[in-house]
Amino acid sequence: MSPQPVDTIKGFAVTFRQLFSKPITVQYPEYVRPVYPRFRGRHRLHRHENGLEKCVGCSLCAAACPADCIRVVAAENASPNRVSAGERYARIYEINMSRCIFCGYCELACPFDAITLGNEYEISEYSRDDLIYTKDMLLQEPIKTVPVASPDEFDTPIPYYQVHS
Amino acid sequence: MTLLASTSEAWWIALIEALVIINLVLLTFAYTTLVERKLLGRMQLRYGPNRAGPFGLLQPIADLVKLVRKEAFHPGKVEALPYIVAPAFSAFTALAAFSVIPYGEGWTVDGYQINGVVADVPIGLILFFALGSVGVYGFIVGGWASDSKYSLLGSMRTCAQLVSYEVSLSLSVLGVILLGQSLNLSDIVNKQIDSVWYVAPQFVGFLVFFLAAVAETARAPFDLPEADSELVAGYHTEYSGMRWGLFQMAEYVNMITLSALAVTLYFGGWEGPWAPLGPLWFFLKLAIAIGIFIWIRATVPRLRYDQLMRFGWKVLLPVATLNAVITALVVAWTG
Repeated sequence: MSPQPVDTIKGFAVTFRQLFSKPITVQYPEYVRPVYPRFRGRHRLHRHENGLEKCVGCSLCAAACPADCIRVVAAENASPNRVSAGERYARIYEINMSRCIFCGYCELACPFDAITLGNEYEISEYSRDDLIYTKDMLLQEPIKTVPVASPDEFDTPIPYYQVHS
Repeated sequence: MTLLASTSEAWWIALIEALVIINLVLLTFAYTTLVERKLLGRMQLRYGPNRAGPFGLLQPIADLVKLVRKEAFHPGKVEALPYIVAPAFSAFTALAAFSVIPYGEGWTVDGYQINGVVADVPIGLILFFALGSVGVYGFIVGGWASDSKYSLLGSMRTCAQLVSYEVSLSLSVLGVILLGQSLNLSDIVNKQIDSVWYVAPQFVGFLVFFLAAVAETARAPFDLPEADSELVAGYHTEYSGMRWGLFQMAEYVNMITLSALAVTLYFGGWEGPWAPLGPLWFFLKLAIAIGIFIWIRATVPRLRYDQLMRFGWKVLLPVATLNAVITALVVAWTG
């Protein structure tokens, strides 16, 4: 490779010009970038409108999980105080966040739409034990809402053939 | 032998002056690390450090505290005394070389004389290069005493590179010495004030000097000795904490000192156009020279080791020699 002095000198002008352009860094805590609509963040367990939990403890999510990080122990719904809308409910439902790979298979496997992956991603903890999320932690609303990018721009549009038959 | 006018400086003034200059050089080193990171960042379309204080101004302090508090572990089988002394020795020679750089014309305050240099010796330039050559020992000994293959290879490569480019460095200033008729740096600056800055007649010499200076301080594009992907970290692989900090200090202070020498020999030292603010003009020119070092780092990719050595011996050395010979002929011809 022969030396190219003139092109090297022109390269110096390129780096010098960059000094006068605005940097493209996003200053994170002050500006939070919107996530895409199908972003896979922290899991959330959902309830029906009448307050009963959707999760019946079938543990299909635990079976589907590639990292084997969900623990489900089911129990019978005692009649006076039903917890879920089915025959059984999840008495213990724990997800080990340090093992979860946020793939979304549990959300795909759930037949009752009880578990989805929300948009929250600021879930750091100071100790490993705090990373095992229990059911009531997962049932909670997110502490901080993350801005979501507009679905028109970023979500996959519904294909033409599914709308117009 | 002419007695230098500066020998009439009181010893305690010289001591205070040395202390002030050393502290200023260390402060410049600390904030050169910040300026380098921010300038590199801006040239790469990103901000540099801007979290540690307004505009990242406390970043060097944070780095210093981290290095001091860090565990300075060492491998078990190192040679204890050379291992510990090597970074200190490199840092010492780098700082000592700054003592001959003139930053002002000398002032008389209240009857007391204050010099414009810390050490006004008649052979200032030779002392400078002697200290630079001795400083290579710090790198050799540091890498060798580390008892590690990467360190040994890195230090051998570093020292071969440094020694090769020292020859070109010293030869390239022969032109300035011939024009300035003196080895004392204050005399050279005074002659430049009387005539023209030596960058004009000695443009080729300045180019050779600058390229050799970039290679001498092992900065990009000649920074194979510290290329992380090539040699882990070269001669300072087995150093951590403040010992590594001292090696970094040696490298940056070398860069500052060589920039100061370039300013002194080629750009008129402390001379400035409008107001006689000697040290401020010197500092401004020094800042521009350091900025050019950083600019070169941001722009050019790294040279392979054989390309580096070939350039040093086959290109720079003949050019430096030719420059010296032609300057000698011209000076002798014009009397």
